[in-house]
Amino acid sequence: MHTIARDAAAPDFLLSVEGLTVSFDGFKAVNDLSFYVDKNEIRVIIGPNGAGKTTVLDLICGRTKATAGSIRFRDIELTRLSENRIVEAGVGRKFQTPSIYEDLTVFENLEISFPRGRSVFGALAFRRDAAVSERIEEIAEMIFLKDHLAERAAFLSHGQKQWLEIGMLLIQDPELLMLDEPVAGMSVAERRKTAELLHKIIVGRSVIVIEHDMKFVEDIAHRVTVLHQGKVLSEGSMERVKNDPKVVEVYLGH
Amino acid sequence: MERIGFLKTSEAVGIAILAALILIVLPLGLDIFRLNLAGKYLTYAFVAIGLVLCWGHGGILSLGQGMFFGLGGYAMAMFLKLEASSPEATKIQSTPGIPDFMDWNQLTELPWFWQPFHSLTLSLVAVVLVPTAFAFLIGTAMFKRRVGGVYFAIITQAIAAILTILIVGQQGYTGGINGITDLRTLKGWDIRTDEAKYVLYFVNAGLLLAAVAAAYFVRQSKLGRILVAMRDKEDRVRFSGYNVANFKTFVFCLAAALSAIGGAMFTLQVGFMSPSFVGIVPSIEMVIYTAVGGRLSILGAVYGTLLVNWAKTSFSESFPELWLLGLGGLFIAVVLAFPNGLAGIYADTIAPRLSRLLRRARPALGGTVPAGAPAE
Ligand SMILES: Nc1ncnc2c1ncn2[C@@H]1O[C@H](COP(=O)(O)OP(=O)(O)OP(=O)(O)O)[C@@H](O)[C@H]1O
Ligand SMILES: [Mg+2]
Repeated sequence: MHTIARDAAAPDFLLSVEGLTVSFDGFKAVNDLSFYVDKNEIRVIIGPNGAGKTTVLDLICGRTKATAGSIRFRDIELTRLSENRIVEAGVGRKFQTPSIYEDLTVFENLEISFPRGRSVFGALAFRRDAAVSERIEEIAEMIFLKDHLAERAAFLSHGQKQWLEIGMLLIQDPELLMLDEPVAGMSVAERRKTAELLHKIIVGRSVIVIEHDMKFVEDIAHRVTVLHQGKVLSEGSMERVKNDPKVVEVYLGH
Repeated sequence: MERIGFLKTSEAVGIAILAALILIVLPLGLDIFRLNLAGKYLTYAFVAIGLVLCWGHGGILSLGQGMFFGLGGYAMAMFLKLEASSPEATKIQSTPGIPDFMDWNQLTELPWFWQPFHSLTLSLVAVVLVPTAFAFLIGTAMFKRRVGGVYFAIITQAIAAILTILIVGQQGYTGGINGITDLRTLKGWDIRTDEAKYVLYFVNAGLLLAAVAAAYFVRQSKLGRILVAMRDKEDRVRFSGYNVANFKTFVFCLAAALSAIGGAMFTLQVGFMSPSFVGIVPSIEMVIYTAVGGRLSILGAVYGTLLVNWAKTSFSESFPELWLLGLGGLFIAVVLAFPNGLAGIYADTIAPRLSRLLRRARPALGGTVPAGAPAE
């Protein structure tokens, strides 16, 4: 019902994905996919393994080039931009496995994501001033790593690494934040803290989360999109999706 | 930790010790023949420092640094050769005023690309600019296409081989396999005298210390940390808004520029330049110097270069045919047993004892690392 009503009035969406298709040697991992994400919305994408969830994020952030279709972010067509331009436009992305710089400290990890001095000479001239340190400390507090700033990131626990990567994205201050399975491998307590964290960071931005943990999904999702074989199988509130017989059959039923 | 300018205190002390060694100890301890030899070794250290940044920190292994060393060296040699080929000095040739090897190869006029090397200023510019521009071309072509790792290493090696073949083959323009020899004066100043060798040694040592400082500056900057980050997780850097190809190209160019300065100083101190410093073998040797010194350590690279070359000279005097084997063995040993080279051994064994000693001597110094201090 959402999709039909909204097709006509696109300007409200932060992100509009339309007719998106990518084929790997003839195999369509994402097949004529359309969906829309509102401002300040937490959208969760669920679906069985291999449904194409990660590939959708890869397409949005420019890691994979689309075979067909369009991805509009605000007024910008992302399919034609390079990865770093997409970041500059305001899209941040967390990878499925924690992707941090193990040889650097937590502080340095966060500092690299600070959105200043991104050119070669800008990076050479970059100074660690009070604004940088304050912001890093603020974010570190938020991601529960305030006491670990001087530690090498390699020594963090798995959950802490996940948080660190989320923090690296927060410091970029993206308008659209995409998280690929942020609580995978986390303990129950860590999951709860992560949910709390996501509720905090939603202010002023939209978030797309890929997740398998239904409990977690229920906890955070505004709306849920179910992907199956590269297509939208169902979309709407958690309540609605949960009771959709198609979804029960291919995904939740197991 | 206290800082002196952009250097940590320990780094400043390290540089001071190196400076004392190459500016005072070696000149006092060695006769001019040996000192000149040490000066020659130190020209390779420029390459090794570049490799520390490019390979150690940036994870970009180039097996073709000899080409930049060689190009820098050739640019210098071309100037010196032209000065040595004045019409008076070459009046017995069929075409006086051109380098002897051109005359032997029936050239009757100086090729166009030799013309700028009449000017010292242009030649010095070319020493740095030509190799750097060449690195820029290679870097842009490779890194924009996301060629990296082993493929990049192999391609640099292939380019180094091609360059050697070109130089050897184009005898009339390059001096061929013999290289450019019989260099005499720099603006009338005879570079073959002992006095000149002393002066050139010190110029080289000064430039090397400047290169060390520049490398430290790059490493302590955010760019230095981005290099490490790229080595770890290239995609994360890319999706943090950086154009990864530009950063790789920059550090590759920087390494090339440093190598080129080393090459020019080699020509000045040794008095010739030949293709045997351009190709695959010297390029790999320079990687070994870096590995032995410790590929993450700027100072380690200098010591590694000195040590391996000193070993090479002593060893190959007695067992020349065994040297290459020995060098290969050394490389394997380092990679397997001491991945951080001499610097790693120092950090694991000597440094802790040293700092304990210092702390006992001056308890006030034993502070803790503040938040955000770099991991290394
Ligand atoms: N670069 C690629 N080349 C070829 N096939 C690919 C590529 N990337 C993904 N695929 C395929 O596309 C399909 C979708 O993969 P994707 O990683 O998007 O699934 P997913 O929904 O994220 O699954 P999971 O829940 O296991 O993370 C899979 O069959 C995968 O093998
Ligand atoms: Mg996935």
